[in-house]
This record gives sequence, C-alpha cells and structure tokens, in this order.
Amino acid sequence: MNENPLNQESPRTLEEVYRPLNRRTFLKGGAATVAGMAGLVAALKPLLALEKGDITLDDLLQKHYRELKPEELQRILKSLADKCEQERGVRPHVRDLKPLDGVEFGYALNLTRCVGCRRCAHACLKENNQSRDRWDDIEMSYIRVLEMNKGAINVETANHYYEPGTVPQKDKYYMPVQCHQCRQSPCTKVCPVQATWQEKDGVVVVDYNWCIGCRYCMAACPYDARRFNYKKPTIEKAAINPNQGYLSNRLRPKGVVEKCTFCLHRTRDGKYPACLEVCPTGARVFGNLLDPDSEINYILNHKRVYVLKEEVGTLPRFYYFFDK
Amino acid sequence: MRAYLTFLWRIWLLSWTGTARFYAWMGLLTVVVLVGANAWAHQFVEGLQTTGLTNQVSWGAYIANFTFLVGVAAAAVMLVIPAYIYKKEHMHEVVLFGELMAIAVIVMCLLFVTVDLGRPDRFLHMIPPFGIFNFPGSILSWDVIVLNGYLLLNLHIAGYLLYCRYHRRKPTKKFYIPFVFLSVFWAVSIHTVTAFLYVGLAGRPFWHHPLVPARFLASAFVAGPGLMILAFQVIRKAMRYHIGDAPIFTLRMIMTVAMLINMFLLGSEVFTEFYYPTQHAASAHYLFFGMHGHSGLVPWIWSAIALDVAGLVLLVSPASRNIAWLNVACVVCFIGIWIEKGMGLIIPGFVPTPLGQIVEYLPSLNETLVCLGIWALGALMFSWMVHVAVPILNGSLRAQPDLSPSPEPSALKS
Repeated sequence: MNENPLNQESPRTLEEVYRPLNRRTFLKGGAATVAGMAGLVAALKPLLALEKGDITLDDLLQKHYRELKPEELQRILKSLADKCEQERGVRPHVRDLKPLDGVEFGYALNLTRCVGCRRCAHACLKENNQSRDRWDDIEMSYIRVLEMNKGAINVETANHYYEPGTVPQKDKYYMPVQCHQCRQSPCTKVCPVQATWQEKDGVVVVDYNWCIGCRYCMAACPYDARRFNYKKPTIEKAAINPNQGYLSNRLRPKGVVEKCTFCLHRTRDGKYPACLEVCPTGARVFGNLLDPDSEINYILNHKRVYVLKEEVGTLPRFYYFFDK
Repeated sequence: MRAYLTFLWRIWLLSWTGTARFYAWMGLLTVVVLVGANAWAHQFVEGLQTTGLTNQVSWGAYIANFTFLVGVAAAAVMLVIPAYIYKKEHMHEVVLFGELMAIAVIVMCLLFVTVDLGRPDRFLHMIPPFGIFNFPGSILSWDVIVLNGYLLLNLHIAGYLLYCRYHRRKPTKKFYIPFVFLSVFWAVSIHTVTAFLYVGLAGRPFWHHPLVPARFLASAFVAGPGLMILAFQVIRKAMRYHIGDAPIFTLRMIMTVAMLINMFLLGSEVFTEFYYPTQHAASAHYLFFGMHGHSGLVPWIWSAIALDVAGLVLLVSPASRNIAWLNVACVVCFIGIWIEKGMGLIIPGFVPTPLGQIVEYLPSLNETLVCLGIWALGALMFSWMVHVAVPILNGSLRAQPDLSPSPEPSALKS
C-alpha cells in the first residue's frame, strides 16, 4: 500500500463513526438489522417443512461405517428398521453381512443369449427397494439395457429406450450394463469422504449414512453405474423387500448416491443376485473368482470374453462373453 | 485488545454510514440474497429434484459457476505479482482490492459447492477430525484445502495490512511478505487443482485432456482482471479514493496476453477434436454443432466464441486505450469466459453419457435463483469490504483521529 498524496482524507469526513453512538445512527443501523433478520427468517421459512426425523442428531453424529463398534452398528440397524416401520408400515430385517473369506465375486454376461427383455432391470428395482411410481423412476435402475446395432460394439449408437413389440429384434443385440465393481475403481478414488469403497470380496459399496451427495463419483464412473436420490424415495408398503442390507438395499435417504452391490444381502448369504435369478435365457453367470472350479472361471478361461472400455484401465469384475 | 474492539466497533458503525445510493445498492443486493436463500431453503427440504439435474447430467449450473469463480479468485495474483515481485508502485494502490475480491469470490466458490451437495448437513464429514478426509486420493479433498487456505491467506494479508494502516504504522514485513509470496503460488494452485478435478476423470474424454489446466489459468487471467478493471472505476468514481489509469492499463496488458494464450489453446483444442474426429470428440461435437437433434449448448458456445473474439480484437487494438472501449472489452470477455468455462466446460462432459445417452440440461428456476443469490452475496461482501477498506486506506478511519477543525495537518503521515 502506498502513500499516494491524492488519497489523504481527514478523519473529519467520518465524524459520526468516532462520536459516541448517536440516536440517528443507532436507529438507522437498528432498523436495517431488524429488517435484514426479519427478511432472513422469512426467506428460510421453507425449512419448517422438514419432516420430523429427516435429520436427527443421531444421524449427524454417526461415525463412518468402518469405524462403528459392533454395538453401535446394532443400534443403527435397529433404528433403521424402526424408521422404516414408522414411515412405511413394514418392519424390515436389516442386516450387516460381512464379506466371506476366500470369496471374490465376478459376473459374466452372455451377449449371445441376452434377448433384451429387461426383466433383470425390473427385478433389480424391486429387489433394491427403489421407487417405481413415476415414469422416470426407471432411471434409478442399476441396470441399463442397451439396444445395440449389430456389426459393432458402439454404445454411442445404442438405444436406451427401445420399445418394440417383441424382443429380440432381428438386426439388434442387447447389452445390459451395471456396476462393473472395478479393481481400479475411479469412483472410490475420487470420493472426498471415503463414503464409498471396495469390500474384501470386490463389491464397491456406499455408506448411505456417510455420503455427502457431491456426486463426484458419478462424474468419475465410466459405466454410468451410479444413481443419485434427487428426491426421497417413494415406495409403497406392499412393495418393500424386507430382506435388507445396511450397505445394499435398505431404504435410502434423499441426497445420497447408490449403486449395484451384486445384491450383497443375497450373495453373501449364498444366493444369486436378483438379476441372475430372473434371467429367462441364462445369460448371466455369477460366482467366486477365487474358486478355480467355479463356472465364472470356466467362462473366463474358455470363452471369448471382452471387457467394456478396457482402455480406461478400470479392470472390471464384470465381463461380457460370446458363445459360438 | 481494547483497541481492536474499538476498531471493530468503528467498522460496524461505518458499515451503516453511507449515502442513499449506497443504501439502495446494498438493499437491492440483500433482497436478491434473501430470494436466493429462500430458493435454497426449498432445495434443502425437497432435495435436488428442485434443480434441472438428472442421473445423466449430475453437475450443472452450481459447479459451472464454481469453476469459473475459482479462476476469478485466482486472478488476484495478477495484482500481487506486479506489485510485490516487479515492485510496480502504481499497483500498490489497488493490490488490496484484488485481495478483497479474492476473499468475496472464494466465499462464493465455497457456497456454490455447498449448495451442490445432496447432504449439506453432513459437511463436517469433509473436515477432519470430525470427518474422514480422502487425502491425497481425492482431488476434491485437495480443493477443500487449497480453497480454504487461499481464503485464510487473503484474510490474513488484507486484514493485517488494513489494521496496520488503521493504526498508521508500518506493517512488519515478516508478518505479511512471506504470506504474499505464498499466496502467489497458492493462487495458481487453486485453479490448477480445480482443473485436475476434471482432468483426473479418465472416463470423461472431454475433460481428460492436458490442456484443461493451462486454459483454466489463461482464461482466469482474462476474466479476473476484467472484473477488477470495472470494479476500480466504480471505486474511484463512487468513493473518496483515487486510482490512476496506470494500474488499469497494466491489467489491460495482462488481459490481452492471457486472452491471446486462451484463444490459441482453444484453437488447439478445436483442431484436435475436429481434424480427425474420434468417438472422444462426441462431447465437443455436441457442444459446437449439436448431436442427433440436440443442440442446447450450440447458441451458448458460439456466443461465447463471438464474445471472446470481439474482446480480443478490442484488447489488441488501440481502441481499448480509451477507457470506455476497454470497459466494453472487459464486459464482453467476462461474459464470454463465464459461458465457455462454466456451462461450456461442465455440461458437455456429461453429454453424451459414458453409455452414449444424450440428455440435455437446463437449470431450473429455483436453481437459477440460488445462483443469483450467491452472486449477489459476493457483490454484497465485496461492496461492504471496499466500503470499510477505503476510509482506512485514505486515512479517514484511523485509530487516533484528530477531529479538530484545523486544516489537514501534514503530521498525520505515518
């Protein structure tokens, strides 16, 4: 800062600041402050519409999933069940299933067999307790089935909203895409708060109680596999699947990101994912990559397997393959 | 301590002392801020469904404005470098305003990120020790550090210098010079880190591009100085503070060089994308020419290019030695870069999606009001800081005022 002679003003130009508070200044400042505060209160009035229990002190103080003691986790599981019962009238069985030792899940999808019926996408919505009463709720499905033109594997010319009378159409083939549970997962790398991570069995999970909703993971995902809860999920009592996992399909709050978890509440319990179970053509193969005798390993070793967007270097645990 | 409390008290009184025009301006801004706060309150209750965002285009106007404003904040360094490194005397009369602008703009940046969060109530998760910091993995964690660090640096430098000035004593060099030099590097880092936020995403070819950080800096050093040139003229017209033409023309030169570099880099980018168009050029194609009948951004980007070119022509031509034309150049460049680096950079990153979908994005009314509110808050903060800083700089607000009615005594010099 310089001492420019042009910038020398006498304190007398600001006399009222030095004098003890006079009535005029007091009233002026006071009136403006009161008006400002009143304006602020009026502006923030919509906050009163927050539903009770939307944000509780317990939520705010909850620690990250991986730092919870077993008894804290049990308390949270119970309060999640309570909340679901209170709000939706069904008491779910919310469990925390840990990864199994010696298991790394892998998934392979047979593009020769897939007929594009989208039963997997709908089964996924149901299994994972997603809203399905508005036309655009299907956008939340973890599985997008792409109708592809034969002759290339080019997603740029794929149709996501195909509605022919019957499938498969003659000149098309179909490619369902869901979370690839990458070994080099860009989504977990970018999360600023470690709200998403890879579990020991390879499943990439989200702690819905820790996610801040910045959606950086969505920007990072090369497979468009993550979904954001722009609204509070709506789901009717009868539609709720009570078999729930803390890290998978339990009811999510609004404002957080969610994704496919290979149905870990089923698969860590010895069952198949819902999308596999419903597939009418047997196009889906799921299993343990660490078991040399598993069907998934047979396919990886014997079929013409390809990985979507291999050039991005994500090393997925989700594979596509072709029969003869 | 007592002296400091008196200082704060006087600032408080000074804040309420002003002309009717000052009151009208601050009142208007306050109203817009409140409208924005109201819109945000709606968003907080209903969730981000109040925005135009979708699962396909998951970042929009908030992140676009954030990205642009980080550049404006970083541009304060373009006053600091000539003033402190090249010791240009004339820059010292304005360098403080650059730092104040950086403060206001960084606060705007932080607010734009906050309103973009789905769960702003969990912001503590980002702040250790309450939260878990994904450092150094997540570039967003880096951004939290560099942005807040830059805010603190500028608060310290500006606050310290003003407080010394208020006491009419010479600032102690070791209390601020090291921070000034640190802030030079820090300013570059805030914009580089923000660019890395996008560049690091290999799944988005439009962003995964080594030119992005360089272009960020080049365009920042156009938009920021442009805004400052305009602000300086308002200050010298509306307040008792003289700012000569010299700093304004130094900034003009900086803008010109930066704009030349920016346009060169833009040209390189356009060549790479279009000479031999690969699938990776799809986003650029959507941005410049539209795709499969979707062309929401086309008018925007061509307006931006037209504004950029017009600004550049004005800047390099002697016309902008005339202040009126220079002002036109500043406005034109500011808007051009706001479009190009805001919506023009963020939205095409999501169109088409990694799975080839084309979903267009348009900010909702509520989202726009939140943006306007934050812009107004930034203007309000900057106006207030200037309103308080100018009397300290010109000596009318000082610790020991001589209020005797004699003519200005020369002994008051520090």
